[in-house]
Amino acid sequence: MNKQPKTIWSGRLFNFMVFGLMFTGMAQMPIFKRYYLADVPGFGWTADFYLNHILHYILATILLFIIFYRLGKFLRQPGREIELITPIGWVKIFIWAGLIFTGILRVLKNQPNIFFSPQVVVFLDWGHLGFAIILGLAALLGKILGQGYLRD
Amino acid sequence: MSISRRKFLQGLAATGLTTVLPSTAKAASRGEELATLLDLSKCIGCGACVEACKETNAHKFPRPKKPFPKMYPSRVKPSDWSDKQDVDDRLTPYNWLYIQTAYVTWQGEEYEINIPRRCLHCQNPPCANLCPWGAAAKQANGIVRINDKICLGGAKCKKVCPWHIPERQSGVGLYLKLLPSFAGNGVMYKCDRCFGRINQGLVPACIEVCPQDVQTIGPRDEIVAKAHKLAKEMGGYIYGEKENGGTNTIYVSPVPFDVLDKAIEKGPGRPHLSSVPNSMAKEENLAMAVIGAPVAGLAAALLTGISKVSQDKQGDKDE
Ligand code: SF4
Ligand code: SF4
Ligand code: SF4
Repeated sequence: MNKQPKTIWSGRLFNFMVFGLMFTGMAQMPIFKRYYLADVPGFGWTADFYLNHILHYILATILLFIIFYRLGKFLRQPGREIELITPIGWVKIFIWAGLIFTGILRVLKNQPNIFFSPQVVVFLDWGHLGFAIILGLAALLGKILGQGYLRD
Repeated sequence: MSISRRKFLQGLAATGLTTVLPSTAKAASRGEELATLLDLSKCIGCGACVEACKETNAHKFPRPKKPFPKMYPSRVKPSDWSDKQDVDDRLTPYNWLYIQTAYVTWQGEEYEINIPRRCLHCQNPPCANLCPWGAAAKQANGIVRINDKICLGGAKCKKVCPWHIPERQSGVGLYLKLLPSFAGNGVMYKCDRCFGRINQGLVPACIEVCPQDVQTIGPRDEIVAKAHKLAKEMGGYIYGEKENGGTNTIYVSPVPFDVLDKAIEKGPGRPHLSSVPNSMAKEENLAMAVIGAPVAGLAAALLTGISKVSQDKQGDKDE
């Protein structure tokens, strides 16, 4: 049984969730209709803001569970992998933390009894979007440098 | 903030208007949501409120640069109301309030019901929650506002609003400085409940000017109670209390709203009056799952750890 992914941040299911979150996240901007994706037969749903919003919530739930489950397991064996984390790996981990933090606060904001001021809302929205973009860039840089989260 | 609250208190005390509940200032200073009540049996459709809204908010209206940037793909059309600023029989970027009229017969009586229409300022507004850019947001006092400095005019707020209230004007706003041809298309406009006047301790222009005292503003719970009392006296009906999960605009009418809905002219810029379920209900239910997922993940890791340890111990014993 050597199916265990190498880190918290890998594995096929993990990548699929990340892709789904990026896609439904992008669908929060009114671009899929403008740029014809929603016109492709079978892709009309990509312009449905509510549907994509709910999918984003569901995917986030699954991904957060996976991340924190693996984080829990990782913490039970301290010192094992920490030194192995690459510089790019650290950068990505910090971006993930920001993405998760702003995402959870954004979910709270959407609750009827929780209030954030308009200034905080701008910070959260731009932060969440910004973290998503720089995570993509960091991942690209990692690919170019051939660096994953862990040293080989 | 505290200065404007104090001013609000003084200002409201000075108005002496019957359209302001006495507890309004205190509620506002506590950061509570304010709501408005519209007694439709009183509205004569004079349009004074519409004019007052236009005058008071004229300085916020768009002043677009022309020609508009060329849009890609070309099917994206600019929205231009700048040559039709006088239109007042529907919502536009230059007209945030208009009067809908319904001629109906109800229980053998004929009615002309005039309905001032504008943004309802939802309690959990989908236009704000789903804005990906933080441009639309709700304030502590219940006002839902679109920030014209950062709105990109993608019109998502209009699409997700159950009444499709916000209206777009192209040729203004931040998109001109970003990727004018490829993203965004202007700024969205709608009633902002005269937020500046509220901050100065004044009531919204449409409330102040009304010769019939159709509207009352006050803390939401008191406004709701007043609306129920009024509906009971009138044998009437309520709209806006429960719509879209609750709004801060409560209409009371002697005629049921589904009857009015059939009688009013509807279409672009002319919202319906049918019942609306809570647009954010699914998100509200899913939120606990998202927020609980990290804890559940950690707990699962811990529990499998414990069971593994005990299994290992068991294994040690067995060996
Ligand atoms: S000013 Fe008052 S009476 Fe006149 S249309 Fe407006 S709400 Fe109705
Ligand atoms: S009525 Fe529409 S525009 Fe106004 S707060 Fe509600 S969702 Fe937003
Ligand atoms: S509250 Fe102010 S912005 Fe809203 S409709 Fe009345 S006058 Fe216009």
